[in-house]
Amino acid sequence: MESNGFSSPRNDSFPAGLRVLVVDDDPTWLKILEKMLKKCSYEVTTCGLARDALNLLRERKGGYDIVISDVYMPDMDGFKLLEQVGLEMDLPVIMMSVDGETSRVMKGVQHGACDYLLKPIRMKELRNIWQHVFRKKIHEVRDIENLEGVQNFQMTRNGSDQYEDGHVLCGEDLTSIKKRKDIESKHDEKDTGDYTSTKKARVVWSVDLHQKFVKAVNQIGFDTTSLSCFDGAMTSSVCLAEVGPKKILDMMNVPWLTRENVASHLQKYRLYLSRLQKENDSKNPAGGIRQSDSPLRDSAGSFGSRNSINLLPSDVSNGSYRFSGSSLVVHNEDLRSHDSDQKRLVSTPLAEPKRTLTVDVPNPCIPRSSQMEFGHPLAPPQSELDFGAFDSTFPTKYPWCGIPEIQPKKKHDPLHLNGGFSHPPLPGQKQHTRVHCPQPAPAISCALSLTERETGFPVKVKPSYNEYRSNANHVSSKDSAVDSIPFQTKTNMANHQPVEPISRSTSSTDNQGMNMNCITELESSRKNINLGMPLFTTLEEDLQVCWIPADCYTNPGLQNIEISELFDRGLIKDETVHLNDELRFDYEFYDPTEYSLIDQSMFIA
Amino acid sequence: MERNQLRRQVALTRQSLFDQGFLDDQFIQLEDLQDDANPNFVEEVVTLYYRDSARLINNIEKALSVYNFLSFPSLLDFLVQQHFYIGAKKVKAECTLFREYCRAGNGEGCTRTFQQIKKEYATLKGKLEAYFQVLFHLMLPLSSLISQ
Repeated sequence: MESNGFSSPRNDSFPAGLRVLVVDDDPTWLKILEKMLKKCSYEVTTCGLARDALNLLRERKGGYDIVISDVYMPDMDGFKLLEQVGLEMDLPVIMMSVDGETSRVMKGVQHGACDYLLKPIRMKELRNIWQHVFRKKIHEVRDIENLEGVQNFQMTRNGSDQYEDGHVLCGEDLTSIKKRKDIESKHDEKDTGDYTSTKKARVVWSVDLHQKFVKAVNQIGFDTTSLSCFDGAMTSSVCLAEVGPKKILDMMNVPWLTRENVASHLQKYRLYLSRLQKENDSKNPAGGIRQSDSPLRDSAGSFGSRNSINLLPSDVSNGSYRFSGSSLVVHNEDLRSHDSDQKRLVSTPLAEPKRTLTVDVPNPCIPRSSQMEFGHPLAPPQSELDFGAFDSTFPTKYPWCGIPEIQPKKKHDPLHLNGGFSHPPLPGQKQHTRVHCPQPAPAISCALSLTERETGFPVKVKPSYNEYRSNANHVSSKDSAVDSIPFQTKTNMANHQPVEPISRSTSSTDNQGMNMNCITELESSRKNINLGMPLFTTLEEDLQVCWIPADCYTNPGLQNIEISELFDRGLIKDETVHLNDELRFDYEFYDPTEYSLIDQSMFIA
Repeated sequence: MERNQLRRQVALTRQSLFDQGFLDDQFIQLEDLQDDANPNFVEEVVTLYYRDSARLINNIEKALSVYNFLSFPSLLDFLVQQHFYIGAKKVKAECTLFREYCRAGNGEGCTRTFQQIKKEYATLKGKLEAYFQVLFHLMLPLSSLISQ
């Protein structure tokens, strides 16, 4: 078994000492492979079962560099294991099989395998597996460096608190940022298009970067043109058409950013604004626009908060949800326009029944609380908002907050939110909490319904904004919300989307009545959340935040909505299909019939 | 001198295994893996192979007797994998043929091929055992020398 710790010599004599975990049900082959890997000077750990492998990986976070797994295993389909590893641990996974049929290989790649080897494997093939590890590290480092560069630039340009905060946040723990970036929208990827692919270099839309973006957009004339456009969800997009990504890119003056990155970000931003505008119908549009800044800042703040959240040593304690940090962070940004924000928060619940399901991800911050110990990196002047109240009360009142553990999304970074407040967090799941804490943390209603799925899919906790957002007496309402609404967490497996943890608040055990209740409140709370999270517009857009397999929820109605949204979205389409697959076969269950059929077709001389 | 003779014998036996098509490159790969840390690596693997293959062949035989063709593919897969690992060429070929017959639903072909599989497997096992015996003897003088 693995004997060395993290300080393996591999850094010095890379790739020697590469820590490999091999999973295969065939003991003979395991023996051979182990020997071969040892000959390559790798450190090998072998496992006969997928379950054991997952346990090992969870127990020793960071204890392995790469996983090699067979496709066919008795207790779990190799592809499922592949996904799990990608989601939870973000490690490169190599599939191997006697079956080299193209469709199988393709499936492997789709599920995120970084390579597919045919048995019997030659030594020379094994000698090269280190490149997958190396490549991944490079991408991560590059992203972090980019982020740093951007932040530094921002710092010099701006001495605003925001930037400082963002800088503080980002500087603290780049790894969490890096993890967060995994959640970032795939739209940000230059070569996006394959949402099922894993581990791409992603653009991290940090607080600072987003600020630059917003500035650029505003300068280009966004505010004037969009004002008139904010009368519908779609019109905003149209109006912003004049604000081209190219222009924005030029204005932002960020060398490493591409037009595509900006374009996808802009798209999200548009949706966010349109949503915002709908809520602000009664408000002064200019104010609204200006507000857009703050919400953007919120998002920036959210980045910050997100960062902070991630950064904060996660206490992935299951129960203690220290929410305050996130709310603090969020507030920082918001404070400027608190009044308006606040009003917005309280305003119009979005009348999108379908949308209820998607509680903004940002809000899931709360669920993510497990990681979130926000050590209050930022001292948000919460005074203006109830957030203060929220903040202070949150940790105490919402024990459930700490429950969900958010797993950083690997390829897809699903969030693993541990079960509801009454459930202990899933072991080993707490990785980094990529808490995309929705900025308006307070907006996040406590009503998180968490139901852990045993499937091990990352669970998205959707806080139901039930009363929370509503008003000044947030605290009290929260309490009731918390008490009354069971939490149901959905695991989000979706890989493709920037995984913003989607929390669904649906009452698990409760009935429809509750759900409806939640729904309406979710809507409004969602709106609130939206304020702060323009970036998460993807979630908003589709409400599909829940990439949850259909059967995840006990509430069929909600599920249906979700599913339809998912399909509409198209993004998760593959995922959904895949999920359905899992549902059908109960991801752990290896269907021999299917296997045998495959065998027949594949095995040729 | 004795040792030289032994060495020659080992080499010849080994070569014949290849020449007669019992073993292929994969076996050489296995041999490459053997080193001072695992001096008996090849033999260990082959022993594992005997164990697993025997079990699989038994299962297939049972399935054949009840004409349970459905379970064949997976069983066969495992069996073939085994042969892959050690490079058991002939047995592998028979297994492949067997699979074809299964797929075609050719019951008679299946039975016939399966008998072939068993025969080839037994032959290979015998040959490998003989080979390892000679190898063992080759090692003997060395160990006895060391002990002295």
